[in-house]
Amino acid sequence: MTRRVAVTGIGVVSALGTNAATFWQSLTAGRSGIRPLSGFRAGEFRFANAAEVLEFDSSQHFGDKQAAMLDRSAQLALVAAREAVADSGTETAGPRTAVVTGSCIGGQPSMDEAFVDVYKKGLPRVSPLMIPRVMANAGASLISMHFGITGPSYTVSTACSSANHAIGQAFWLVRSGVVDRAVAGGHEATFSYAFLRAWEAMRVVSPDTCRPFSRDRHGMILGEGAGMLVLEDMEAAVARGARIYAELAGFGMSSDAHHMTQPCAQGAARAMTAALEDAGLAADDIGYINAHGTGTPANDPTETAAIRIALGNAAERVAVSSTKSMHGHALGAAGAIEAAATVLALRHGVLPPTANFTDPDPECDLDVIANTARPARAAAALSNSFAFGGLNAVLAFRAVL
Amino acid sequence: MPDDLTERVIRVIADTQKIPVESITPDSSFEALKIDSLDAINILFALENEFDISIPDDDARAVRSLTDLVALVERLRGHGAAPVHA
Repeated sequence: MTRRVAVTGIGVVSALGTNAATFWQSLTAGRSGIRPLSGFRAGEFRFANAAEVLEFDSSQHFGDKQAAMLDRSAQLALVAAREAVADSGTETAGPRTAVVTGSCIGGQPSMDEAFVDVYKKGLPRVSPLMIPRVMANAGASLISMHFGITGPSYTVSTACSSANHAIGQAFWLVRSGVVDRAVAGGHEATFSYAFLRAWEAMRVVSPDTCRPFSRDRHGMILGEGAGMLVLEDMEAAVARGARIYAELAGFGMSSDAHHMTQPCAQGAARAMTAALEDAGLAADDIGYINAHGTGTPANDPTETAAIRIALGNAAERVAVSSTKSMHGHALGAAGAIEAAATVLALRHGVLPPTANFTDPDPECDLDVIANTARPARAAAALSNSFAFGGLNAVLAFRAVL
Repeated sequence: MPDDLTERVIRVIADTQKIPVESITPDSSFEALKIDSLDAINILFALENEFDISIPDDDARAVRSLTDLVALVERLRGHGAAPVHA
């Protein structure tokens, strides 16, 4: 059985707000959610800014007892999943629904507290809730329990490609008929002290802001959040009169087999080409690419080269943007948040811009939609994710009008 | 003959790269030592620990050679010449 797969629900929690509507308003206004790092961490790092979900209030969504068992990452996952499922209007309970989530570090920030207790304070015990808080699949488990979803549920972890790998796997499950629908996406809560110190040591975080494809870019801005999509068998979605945002038409993966942190144009291009082939799309069909676009000196020219390899002459005409300039790099959630942006762009005929763009870089000489959203109907779009470790995952979406 | 500071920097590089100290000379290029971008930030981290200094990203980016690295460490320890750039 090979079905077509529809995107019928979207949920987003990000630095741009705690729902998909405010997310999309901010994206189309070119408004960045990058702000001074909050709380105890401010002023301690080589970077001063971040894309935190400042509006998220756990107590609005979870009782005290439930919150005690859940790391922020899993909480963000469920809030986004609730929005996506409500948005889709579909019934998700039972064995015909899957949950596939991506997360880079799971609930490791919770473990910070345990390390302080054990190694610094010398306490002899750690909370028994620590294990369920830390496990990377907590988000998937929570979503399955909340909705009574009894089909396959699991979590994939491929650093910054986690969410795209997750959505791609869920796509396969629906397309092949293993299930009829899936809740798929990614979630990440990045802001623990030790993790920020580790990112600081990597020297890839910008001291000011995130300026993808701009000549004066100085790195990424760390973000957090969650994005969830509801994927459904297209025929069933049409039959029930669902609002269909777009078709998830193809999924491509590759490995660089190159380096643990350096990007590789050939590897990234292979994933894009694989997504196009899987979707049955030609390079000329692609009107928009939501780039991985981290804003690091290394990523953006490499991705530019990759887009040229994959699209050939069509790269001269394709519109590209990096919405990380607004919602930051949410690591394991990035692909899902960007898939939401891509699907909304196809649905509304508006391409979100690359914010904070100041100066064109000859090494990133694509049409990078600088600062202002562009009204344009794309027939199809790609959403790129490339991870440390050289693991690439690209989603191809087709507009449904 | 390398001075004391250069010798200490060489020792840090040798230790980080897991290569013999003798394989590094003051005029060794990073390419010859097979130091890639991840190795470089790992060396910066080791130097920060060795000399109890903090190396700003801008300074780190400007380093092209072992001579640059030694000059940078010297400046950040407060014993060297004034910075030549802001």
